[in-house]
Amino acid sequence: MIEVKDIYKSYAKHGKANALNGITFTVKGGEIFGVIGPDGAGKSSLFRILASLILPDSGSAIMNGFDVGKDYRKIRKIIGYMPGRFSLYQDLSVEENLKFFATLFNTTIEENYHLIKDIYQQIEPFKNRRAGALSGGMKQKLALSCALIHKPEILILDEPTTGVDPVSRKEFWDMLDRLKEQGITILVSTAYMDEASRCDRIALIRDGKFIGSDTPQGIIDDYPEILWSVIGGKMSTLLSDLRKHPKVKSSFAFGDKIHITVEEGLQTYDLKQDLANKGFNEVRIDIIKPTIEDCFMALTS
Amino acid sequence: MMNENVIEVSNLTKKFGHFTAVDHISFNVKKGEIFGFLGANGAGKTTAMQMLCGISMPTEGKGTVAGFDIFKENEKIKRNIGYMSQKFSLYEDLRVWENIRLFGGIYGLSDKVIAKKTDELLEELHFQHERNTLVKYLPLGWKQKLAFSVAIFHEPNIVFLDEPTGGVDPAMRRQFWEMIYAASDRGITVFVTTHYMDEAEYCNRVSIMVDGRIDALDSPAALRSQYNAESMDEVFRQLARKAKRVD
Repeated sequence: MIEVKDIYKSYAKHGKANALNGITFTVKGGEIFGVIGPDGAGKSSLFRILASLILPDSGSAIMNGFDVGKDYRKIRKIIGYMPGRFSLYQDLSVEENLKFFATLFNTTIEENYHLIKDIYQQIEPFKNRRAGALSGGMKQKLALSCALIHKPEILILDEPTTGVDPVSRKEFWDMLDRLKEQGITILVSTAYMDEASRCDRIALIRDGKFIGSDTPQGIIDDYPEILWSVIGGKMSTLLSDLRKHPKVKSSFAFGDKIHITVEEGLQTYDLKQDLANKGFNEVRIDIIKPTIEDCFMALTS
Repeated sequence: MMNENVIEVSNLTKKFGHFTAVDHISFNVKKGEIFGFLGANGAGKTTAMQMLCGISMPTEGKGTVAGFDIFKENEKIKRNIGYMSQKFSLYEDLRVWENIRLFGGIYGLSDKVIAKKTDELLEELHFQHERNTLVKYLPLGWKQKLAFSVAIFHEPNIVFLDEPTGGVDPAMRRQFWEMIYAASDRGITVFVTTHYMDEAEYCNRVSIMVDGRIDALDSPAALRSQYNAESMDEVFRQLARKAKRVD
């Protein structure tokens, strides 16, 4: 269990607001909790505090009963931490990296091999290759293996899927599901909104603050706007005409569609007519359910 | 979009020893087109892009970028393109105006032109108040918008964008794409890589690389119908699953 209470952190940089502005949340044992938000929102600062690498200015964080400030030695034994930037030793081989991390924690690869087997097997054919010569996806698998080799109770993964293609991202989340089944508590951050659905609960973070925290479905259920999708016609002109419409509150491209939020009372056929008057004759309008990305945008607008 | 080609390559190939990173790719990109260059990690996108930008010599094949030969005129290519990536785009320890002056100078613009265009650019971005701000203090979304403006400051024929929106706020990511549309309307060709499949939909045409080859190339709508898929994400998954190379 992770219990975070009212954490503040500032780096006192010129012109920069607080990195963390009063963060409070709890993560239950065996849960996948996702912290979702853009770069610079404070995700890494929060995770560094929870990994006992930096201290908060104020507030507290308890990881499975241990305080990140006072009990940092114990914390480091029970957590596995995968930082956002590549954390491996580039000049050591795949196997040497893994051995090194195992030795640091007084264990061996053999002892906990069952935990990493699924993941490590995929890179084992390259165990003699230098870590620096691995592709992005393989580095990520090795880094996860290294974070797991001491059998941590809590796994802290800072943007493990940044720059990773959609297929490999899906594989990575499948691996997290299997780790969850083994009872590991997982705290993971991402800037990809579509990964929210893979978490048990999520927090949306922006400017050092949680702007919403719930199950993914709960966040979606709380969406306050009326949301429609519009399709048909040239995207850029359709976008700008929709923005000029007095009853359209916001309009943004979502793939091949445009998502708009509208004032109460506007009917789809009214808007359809208004668009037809502007020359958009093939427009289709649907009432839709929001995605997490819609929710994030509604919460930040 | 106009009919003149800004990129023409045929059988472009790059080998590293026995490994064929890019395997006989052929395609054209038109002036003003927004061309999405997709592929899984390790499919060969970066290597292909380096050849197109004139910083890596192909092993075989032929091609021109902005009218210049990839083999013989790579220095001219560099002068006539713009480039930005998420990893590196601006100098963090220089101020906003210093970054603009530096890149303007590198591309051979005169001080007078740079001064005038700097004012215009800052006004367009509503960045007047940030003129003297060190780039490292700008929020990421702002930085990316500035980086894009700087990459097309010298009015190149074509701009290469390597994952320009990774990690960017959802609203900002969309504003960024509106800047891409505006550049394309002005006739600047945009060659862009991304891992956001919704962004693939914003391109005029998209190519998908698998194991060094281009396995699909068409408009997003045509690709969706060809692969009987609801979204580009699904198209991408169908193609990427065919990959045999170990990533």
